[in-house]
Amino acid sequence: MQNENLVQISFFNQLMLVHPRKKQNERSEASVQVSEYFVNAEGTGDKVNLSDLLGTVEKTSGASNKTKKQLRNLQSSKETLELPLNKQQTEKIQRGIAYEKTTAEVSCWKNIILQNQKAEQMVFPLNQESSGPKRVEQVVAGWKVQTPLEQEIFRLLHGSRQPVNDPVLTPVEEQSLKAMSLEEAKIRRAELQKARALQSYYEAKAKREKKIKSKKYHKVQNKAKRKDFLKQFDEMVKTNPEGALEELKKMELSRMEERMSLKHQNSGKWAKSKAIMAKYDDSARKAMQEQLQMNKDLTQKMVVPSDDEHESIEEGLETVPDFVNDPETVIDPVNPWMRGQLTHEEPEVSCVTAEEVQTAEEENEEEEIIGEFERKRKLRQADEEDLIPTEEEHVVEVSDKEEEDEDEEEDVSEFNTLFRLMRSEKTREGSNQTRGGLNTAGEEDEEGLLSEGQIRVRSIEDLEVLDEVVEPRAIEEPSAPQTAAAEATSEPPHKKKREINLKEVLTKEAKAVRLPFLPTVVDEEERDEQISIIKEAFAGDDVISDFIKDKSRQEAAGRPAVVDLTLPGWGEWGGVGLKPPRWKRKRFRIKTAPPPPRQDQKLPDVIISEKRTASVASHQVSQLPFPFQNTAQFESSIRTPIGSTWNTQTVVKNMTKPKVVTKLGAIIEPMVKEDFIKSKTTAAGGKGAAIMLGENRRAKEGTKRSAENKKKKSSCGC
Amino acid sequence: EASDFCLYWKWRHLYVPRNYDPTLHPFEVPREYTRALNATKLERVFAKPFVASLDGHRDGISCITKHAKSLSTIISGACDGEVKVWNLPRQECLRTVQAHEGFVRGICSRFCGTSFFTVGDDKTIKQWNWEAPGYGVREEPINTILGKAVFTGIDHHQREGTFVTCGQTVDIWDEQRSSPIRSFSWGVDSFSCVRYNPVETELLASCASDRSVVLYDTRESAPLRKVIMQLRSNTLCWNPMEAYYFTCANEDYNLYTYDIRHLDVPVTVHMDHVSAVLDVDYSPTGREFVSASFDKTIRIFPKDKGHSREVYHTKRMQHVICVRWSADNKYVLSGSDEMNIRLWKANASEKLGLLSAREKAATHYNKKLIEKFQHHPQVRRIARHRHLPGDILKQKRELREMREAQRRKEQNVRKHSKPGSVPLLTEKEKHVVAVVE
Repeated sequence: MQNENLVQISFFNQLMLVHPRKKQNERSEASVQVSEYFVNAEGTGDKVNLSDLLGTVEKTSGASNKTKKQLRNLQSSKETLELPLNKQQTEKIQRGIAYEKTTAEVSCWKNIILQNQKAEQMVFPLNQESSGPKRVEQVVAGWKVQTPLEQEIFRLLHGSRQPVNDPVLTPVEEQSLKAMSLEEAKIRRAELQKARALQSYYEAKAKREKKIKSKKYHKVQNKAKRKDFLKQFDEMVKTNPEGALEELKKMELSRMEERMSLKHQNSGKWAKSKAIMAKYDDSARKAMQEQLQMNKDLTQKMVVPSDDEHESIEEGLETVPDFVNDPETVIDPVNPWMRGQLTHEEPEVSCVTAEEVQTAEEENEEEEIIGEFERKRKLRQADEEDLIPTEEEHVVEVSDKEEEDEDEEEDVSEFNTLFRLMRSEKTREGSNQTRGGLNTAGEEDEEGLLSEGQIRVRSIEDLEVLDEVVEPRAIEEPSAPQTAAAEATSEPPHKKKREINLKEVLTKEAKAVRLPFLPTVVDEEERDEQISIIKEAFAGDDVISDFIKDKSRQEAAGRPAVVDLTLPGWGEWGGVGLKPPRWKRKRFRIKTAPPPPRQDQKLPDVIISEKRTASVASHQVSQLPFPFQNTAQFESSIRTPIGSTWNTQTVVKNMTKPKVVTKLGAIIEPMVKEDFIKSKTTAAGGKGAAIMLGENRRAKEGTKRSAENKKKKSSCGC
Repeated sequence: EASDFCLYWKWRHLYVPRNYDPTLHPFEVPREYTRALNATKLERVFAKPFVASLDGHRDGISCITKHAKSLSTIISGACDGEVKVWNLPRQECLRTVQAHEGFVRGICSRFCGTSFFTVGDDKTIKQWNWEAPGYGVREEPINTILGKAVFTGIDHHQREGTFVTCGQTVDIWDEQRSSPIRSFSWGVDSFSCVRYNPVETELLASCASDRSVVLYDTRESAPLRKVIMQLRSNTLCWNPMEAYYFTCANEDYNLYTYDIRHLDVPVTVHMDHVSAVLDVDYSPTGREFVSASFDKTIRIFPKDKGHSREVYHTKRMQHVICVRWSADNKYVLSGSDEMNIRLWKANASEKLGLLSAREKAATHYNKKLIEKFQHHPQVRRIARHRHLPGDILKQKRELREMREAQRRKEQNVRKHSKPGSVPLLTEKEKHVVAVVE
């Protein structure tokens, strides 16, 4: 048996010799856990001591003395090394570092995430392929050159480094694609588009302007251009003196040309005809003068600024006086006395008119139109100023008459004071706004007119304040006979109150007269008729006093009533004629706190109801919703309509565009890092060729991933 | 004149001349309010979210996965080890595979859509071809890996041939190898769910049975950090559009959205369920997520809101085990205990299919109107109203009462103790026990 066993063992050993054990256990796979069985434990018993190593070091000639010394010192030193941290602690530190790294890496998404959260609209899937035309190579996969002609063509293409087969884009193109993300490209495209559009607008404008035949227009244009140029030139002198000098030279050249030509010399056909007209026509004369002025301007020699004073003085001496250069102005060719210096002087004499003309011409057409409007408006204002006092006059009389009723008088006076307060506030504002004190009075009136709604009651004092107002009679007059008539028909004064009060009703009428295109003088008869009609219609109405009464009633209703809880006879003697004592009244009459001031407290001509109607309340928002800061904000958000009833099609489309748009039947893939975070990956890609140690591992993986991504697109195998 | 009001062509569009003078169209706010109210009502009238029910499994559904490249295909795994491939538009089962013995614990599809992986209670990982075998050919996996312990979850890398499983440890596998290339463990607890981050593809998160959620980076040698909560998280899901947010479904009826850069406090606590939340999945737009709960309902939460915008339930639907949001953002799939997979619309009142331009404009306008007037009590009342089964409603009330009682008690304790000794904790702070480095 034993023999047999031995034989077996030896056989086994032989087997092992043939197939050594080590080879059998070799792993081709990477694994974290290495089995203990495979570790070669040869020579575990003998330790390597430092002294062993030292001995060899001493012998070798290559090692430097310094190292030998250090080693000797090490051997002699008795200090022990510090214990390494225990496993838990090292792991914790490792985890901490790894976590920091990861969070830092993940944080690069922050901007994109915020941007997407704020975006008004997101369209999913995020990276949609452009729907433009594609190359054949892109559509047909695996297309290859076959015919000899094709082969020849592609050989040529090869020569010029054009892509032939699979990579449809050249490396350069690919790089350029990578350099710019889709978003950036879109932004850039939009910019370019805008620039192009602007350019085309300018071109179109220039074309149009060129076609305009009006000489006057071009004259004005040229003048404006020249002015601009002068301005630029002034700046140029400061910033770019060389350029300015060149410009100066150009100007000098043009001056010379001008001197050589007879362009503005009043010798042309037009000038001659004008010269004939000039005698009788003011405008013709002006035109001629202008032309001469132009000539003078053009032929005037520029004074070159230089540092040398002497030179400039000399130059000044040398230069001929301006008017010498002036051509002869032939205003009156017959009269020789009109020549020479005098003609030069003339524009200054008539400077006012000339200036006006000049300003009128300097403006281009639009400005002219605006100026026209301005003038018209001024005219209208003058008309209005005429009107204002008439109204006030009305009002005064009304107030005079209304002071009859005792009770109402109080209310009305309150009303008046309030109104005056309001007005004074407004005027103060107005005066604050106006800069000069010159026309404040006029502007005040204007403001009063603009904001005016119901100026009805006015006292004499008010009129005294506004002393500068001119007193017009035009509209006041018709009222006088009316009142007289009214007085004639009505008998007692208190009954007259019930009757229509003319001026109260007519305030609106007076406003209507202000309309700009209505003639300032109204037909008086017609007015009388109207007044009588209104009077009939509103017979028995007293609008103001009704309103005041109504308001005071509402105010009274809003005031909390005093609750009387006194029980007469409780705790004391009771009976007819006995009043509860004062202490009781004091104690049991409960006064509630006054309500907050009414909204219309300071608005004499408005009643604002503060009642909360139950039927509406259920539809109203009771609390300010979250994102809004104040009620005004919320109300404005509600007030703007979004429907197509109120807005144009495009506006509606913009306002109602949904926040998230998805394409029907398209798979929405998660974000891909390479598409969104560009710089990092490209930087990593650049680093790829450098030495790759542990720290570079992430970067490497980034490139690998992108490579994999590309591979995935072409073919996908498991 | 009549001719003034005719249609005319301008820039290839038909135009009706309109006068937008506001004085001609008065009362804009009341009119729009009425329209908003009507829109809200119509939205509720048309809210019919249930699309279809897929039946055929013979045990409760334990997991569902979408096909990576096809919208119409899904796979589901059941508690009896059966895996079924479904065609959604035809609402039929294409293929049935007896994949495992015992539960199918997890399924994941490969990113290219050519194969899928399943893990089961029989300690195996199996890779299957998406294509069904030819007639007469036996269903056999492409690859089978036998593990040492039970796998409870699996997820595939977004772009590479690696996948991750969880069980006793979190293992990262290469598809070409039969042993994990790396395995992470931290303590001795088992894991219930592991998910790859779809954006930062090297990041991982897992739910462990020691009530913690653990983060990993496959490029690092050790786990990154873990946050321990008061109760266990069942599953988690990363936001596919926002790299550093994930949401986990917790046993304490809530969902928590975390920012991985600040794990100490969740960003949002989503509370509405009345029982443990079993599964969660983000919409592919990253704006919302859907959660499945043991309380037999599915809820849809906006990612930054504390309460759900939608709740789905049917009489026959039992505890919902798994839920997925379709890749086109239109549907939600739920698998429940009573062996059915249900298909729901993600927006209950949305009209399916192609819409004409005018229909589209009208829906957009109505949506905007509802949004504009959402704070008005009538609109809000109607828009918020959902029907709930009686028992869930009862539970909800009960819960509210319990919370109120707890709050009161805490208040009282605070009142009768030294100032500062009982700190005021916000709802977010209450649920995190510790963050372990």
